[in-house]
Amino acid sequence: MSHHIVEVRGLRYCYPDGAKALSGVDFRIRHGESVAVVGANGAGKSTLLLHLNGCLAPTHGNVRIGDYPLTKATLQQVRRTVGMVFQDPDDQLFLPTVYDDVAFGPLNLGLPAEEVDERVRQALDTVNCAHLGSRPPYKLSGGEKRSVAIATVLAMTPDILVLDEPSSNLDPQARRKLINLLRGFSHTKIMASHDLDMVLEVCERTIVLHQGKVLADGPTRSIFANDALLEQSHLERPLSFRGKEAVV
Amino acid sequence: MPNLDNSLFEIGTLDQLATQDTPLHRIDPRAKLITALCFMVTVISYNRYDLAALLPLCLYPLALSAIGHLPGAYLRRKLLIASPFALLVGMFNPLFDQATLLHIGGLPISGGWVSFASILLRFALTVSAALILAASTGFTTVCMALGRLGAPRAFSTQLLFLHRYIFVLADEGQRMLRARNLRSFDGRGTGLRVYGAMLGQLLLRTLDRAQRVHRAMLCRGYDGEIRLNRRFRLRPADFAFVLGWLAFFMLARACNLPQLLGRWIMGIMA
Repeated sequence: MSHHIVEVRGLRYCYPDGAKALSGVDFRIRHGESVAVVGANGAGKSTLLLHLNGCLAPTHGNVRIGDYPLTKATLQQVRRTVGMVFQDPDDQLFLPTVYDDVAFGPLNLGLPAEEVDERVRQALDTVNCAHLGSRPPYKLSGGEKRSVAIATVLAMTPDILVLDEPSSNLDPQARRKLINLLRGFSHTKIMASHDLDMVLEVCERTIVLHQGKVLADGPTRSIFANDALLEQSHLERPLSFRGKEAVV
Repeated sequence: MPNLDNSLFEIGTLDQLATQDTPLHRIDPRAKLITALCFMVTVISYNRYDLAALLPLCLYPLALSAIGHLPGAYLRRKLLIASPFALLVGMFNPLFDQATLLHIGGLPISGGWVSFASILLRFALTVSAALILAASTGFTTVCMALGRLGAPRAFSTQLLFLHRYIFVLADEGQRMLRARNLRSFDGRGTGLRVYGAMLGQLLLRTLDRAQRVHRAMLCRGYDGEIRLNRRFRLRPADFAFVLGWLAFFMLARACNLPQLLGRWIMGIMA
């Protein structure tokens, strides 16, 4: 299935104020892969993710989602395929009730009311938040907000999920639930995170960004076993991976 | 002085009240909105020396808050919070307009005092009508009704977002304030200059957030219109509600009911 491929070629991006965020990024992610993007603060992780569904347009290079190069003309199609979960759920939940928020995307796709209703129910069920439908989003707990934010994206039935720091600000139990949820998804997943323990559990492949470039790209376990590489990119071995040698 | 936390909590109370299920809450939001607007126009249309003629209109807020189980104490407190504006507007009337207008028990009353009282009464009527509308309908539903009735989309969307993000903004402001207070001693660091910088900071953060929210909306196919999966339906009761109240407003406006009542009583006594 070629249409779940994410391909980034020679991607460069400068912010309008001239700050270089990405200086030549290449990778190719195949259908069903779970890929983590890790790196120091300011390494360009969030900027990279914002390119994957056209929130930012590359200064140079290109992005292909499946059979489409990402251009203005294919933007709508790509956004339907790539679901983006932002770091701060307060940015993503902007309507009066949880139901309205989850229904927002499907309604914009022009689906009939009953179908929207069904999708909202399914999406909320998937993240175990069916009981929250009529609550206002600002009254939810951090974990609930995160789950609902994921539901807003699932309701659009994307093939590819992009998540920015999905486990930030979650208590250990909410984090555990999130990990189980993510492991249960068959979507192609791309996530930026500092939570390397979660990365170890969820992603089989890791891309290390350093100063806007790909420093390493390979199986998560072999990358986390390379102490010199981790040190160089301001990372450290996850706790659950200490004292073990990688099976490469 | 009411602090930020409490006044926001009170906005929440308004929403809480809107979740009740009473005959008033079941009336279509559009019907309630139109009636409230007509009520306000009626109240404003009176002559500035009219006071007694306005009194019958008190029936509207009183009846609605009774039907809608809205706590009078809460509404009065809200009125009180907003009252300085009206006081300021009417404050100088008694000074400038000292011509005697009427006598009550031999005491001369100047036109200025009458118009001052009239301003206060009109303020109380219009603001309580707005509060009752919000408390019986819910802020967001009022926004949606506005949209359905053809108000500019930018306007109803703005209102919707105002209501959603005022909590987030207040939270952020409060955190900044706390952070400042913890590092300010003996009144140093609490001056206007720091305050200005904080406001600027808050504005920048707000702009950033607005950009992120907009991005998140675009990702889910936003095209300028907020769609909500809810349907309004006008029932006969809604029409009756609007027409009944409009008839009452017109009656109260056309003939001075207290005067008629007074004449009638005098006639009986004579």
